[in-house]
Amino acid sequence: MSTPSLVHAVNVHKSFGRNEVLKGIDLDVSSGEVVCLLGPSGSGKTTFLRCINQLEKIDGGRIWVDGELAGYVEKNGRLYTLPDKAIAAQRREIGMVFQRFNLFPHKTALENVTEAPTKVKGQSRAEATKRAHELLERVGLAERADHYPAQLSGGQQQRVAIARALAMDPKLMLFDEPTSALDPELVGEVLRVMRELADAGMTMIVVTHEVAFARDVADRVVFMDGGVVVEEGPAAQVIRNPEHERTRAFLSRIRSQEEQHEVPGA
Amino acid sequence: MSSTPASTLPGPAGEGDGRPGPIHAVPVRRPAVWVSVVITTIVVLMVADVLVTNKNIHWPFVFQAMIQSPVIRGLLLGTLLGTVGSMALGVVLGITLGVMRLSDNWVLRWVSWVYVWFFRAIPRYVLLSTMGVLGYLWPKGLEVGVPFLHQVAGWFGGELDPYITTVNANHLFVGLLGGILGLGLSEGAYMAEIARAGILSVDQGQHEAAHALGMSKSTTMRRIVLPQAMRVIVPPTGNEAVGMLKDTSLLVALPVTAEMFYQLSAIGNREFEPFAISVAAILWYLILGSVFMAVQAWLERRYGRGFGSRTATEWGAAARVLGRLNAGAR
Ligand SMILES: Nc1ncnc2c1ncn2[C@@H]1O[C@H](COP(=O)(O)OP(=O)(O)O)[C@@H](O)[C@H]1O
Ligand SMILES: [Mg+2]
Repeated sequence: MSTPSLVHAVNVHKSFGRNEVLKGIDLDVSSGEVVCLLGPSGSGKTTFLRCINQLEKIDGGRIWVDGELAGYVEKNGRLYTLPDKAIAAQRREIGMVFQRFNLFPHKTALENVTEAPTKVKGQSRAEATKRAHELLERVGLAERADHYPAQLSGGQQQRVAIARALAMDPKLMLFDEPTSALDPELVGEVLRVMRELADAGMTMIVVTHEVAFARDVADRVVFMDGGVVVEEGPAAQVIRNPEHERTRAFLSRIRSQEEQHEVPGA
Repeated sequence: MSSTPASTLPGPAGEGDGRPGPIHAVPVRRPAVWVSVVITTIVVLMVADVLVTNKNIHWPFVFQAMIQSPVIRGLLLGTLLGTVGSMALGVVLGITLGVMRLSDNWVLRWVSWVYVWFFRAIPRYVLLSTMGVLGYLWPKGLEVGVPFLHQVAGWFGGELDPYITTVNANHLFVGLLGGILGLGLSEGAYMAEIARAGILSVDQGQHEAAHALGMSKSTTMRRIVLPQAMRVIVPPTGNEAVGMLKDTSLLVALPVTAEMFYQLSAIGNREFEPFAISVAAILWYLILGSVFMAVQAWLERRYGRGFGSRTATEWGAAARVLGRLNAGAR
């Protein structure tokens, strides 16, 4: 490899009880790259994202983020588990956007964005507030700063969630189906913000069913099924000419669903 | 959609085009409202009749007794300070125990469970009487030091003073301080269950979002989870506080005499006015209970931020009920 990967995952295994969900995932994401993870429901995409920022502990394999082994230090051929504080420090470098937004409902949009910089990074309130206003402006919600999440639409909440993650200046952003919980007419505003983020050079791993977004924005598409990577390659190639039968079946199923959605609106 | 022809629609027509207009309907008759108004009025009048005309209540005596200085002193110390102090201790203990109960550390989980098991089983009256005689265990004072060190040193033929400091047990366990300690320890057990339910009511996604931002477990608990849990914790805590207000009348078991009901009873026994004294006590408890409810309503609004004010909806519901009553009575 010419450039060192920002994410370097090797042979990642994860089971829930007897159910082996990840069966040896390899993935490399270089700095500035946008990778879309596609795959049918239950194929392990969410689990893999959660393993990258250690919301789940992996059973086998290794994940390095920016050259640092996630969750462990290796000394004299032995692995030592990192203490909670060190794991929290590693997570600071990774922003995560959830399918169900998970904004803090007792805090306004602005407070959602300033919470982690002030409490985790020790930024001053003034500094964090200034930065939060800039970020809210960037996601198009400058006038919604004082609204509570319950007073915002799903699309607005998800954009606040993106601003909240960006406030920690992460090196990597993980998106887990960020538009799946949204009404169809609100999907566009969130995808637009994500596309701008990609254009600005953010490294992103995006789990999505939005094939058009993957085709237009992603540098690379990874297709997962049954806990393994079935196929990966440049976005246009995997989506236009999938090599694998399972990829083809999945893409045609997605397309027919999209057409069904489009009929009533047409 | 096609509109229904005007000719098939009975009732007054709206605008000139014959489409249905505003609704001015006759409300449903509610005879049950009238019946309940009559019955309630009769009962209220009967009670009022007793209160006003019964010569054995001696109202002037009731009001005088309420404001006697030993009664006021008892009210401020045993009743109010006792409630506030033991609730403060109970809330802090309860939230700590609730967090411990949900910890990854099995020792803390176990300690919390045993604590709740122990203090929930003991009646407050019995707990307070026990505290009153706890001083007998340490007639020379309560020594704080290394457990069993004295005995262990003895086995090796040595003499060691294991004590770091000595507390006068009769100061710690009796009097109002002992009462607050006893009631607070007991309350901690109930508050632990309330706090646990509150913490569990917060969505798992909130923990995950906070962790993903790099927050430690303790920051997540303090800044994200507990403030949201408070919304669930506050209403039952209000009930607990009103319950505690009433349970301060058990302080006599310790004994604490600077307490409102004890002082009123003393006056009642002296003046042979047992009933008037009960009325005086009930009036004080009603007044204090109302104040507590107001504080609770304020707290609920405070912790309901971002969730839509439930108190407001309750007032709204009350207003709607009243409105319906009016409509029915018209
Ligand atoms: N916390 C969990 N406990 C047990 N099983 C889980 C858990 N999380 C996910 N799974 C299982 O792992 C499999 C993969 O889930 P997931 O990663 O959510 O897939 P995807 O995001 O691709 O739809 C599913 O069979 C799911 O039931
Ligand atoms: Mg998923």
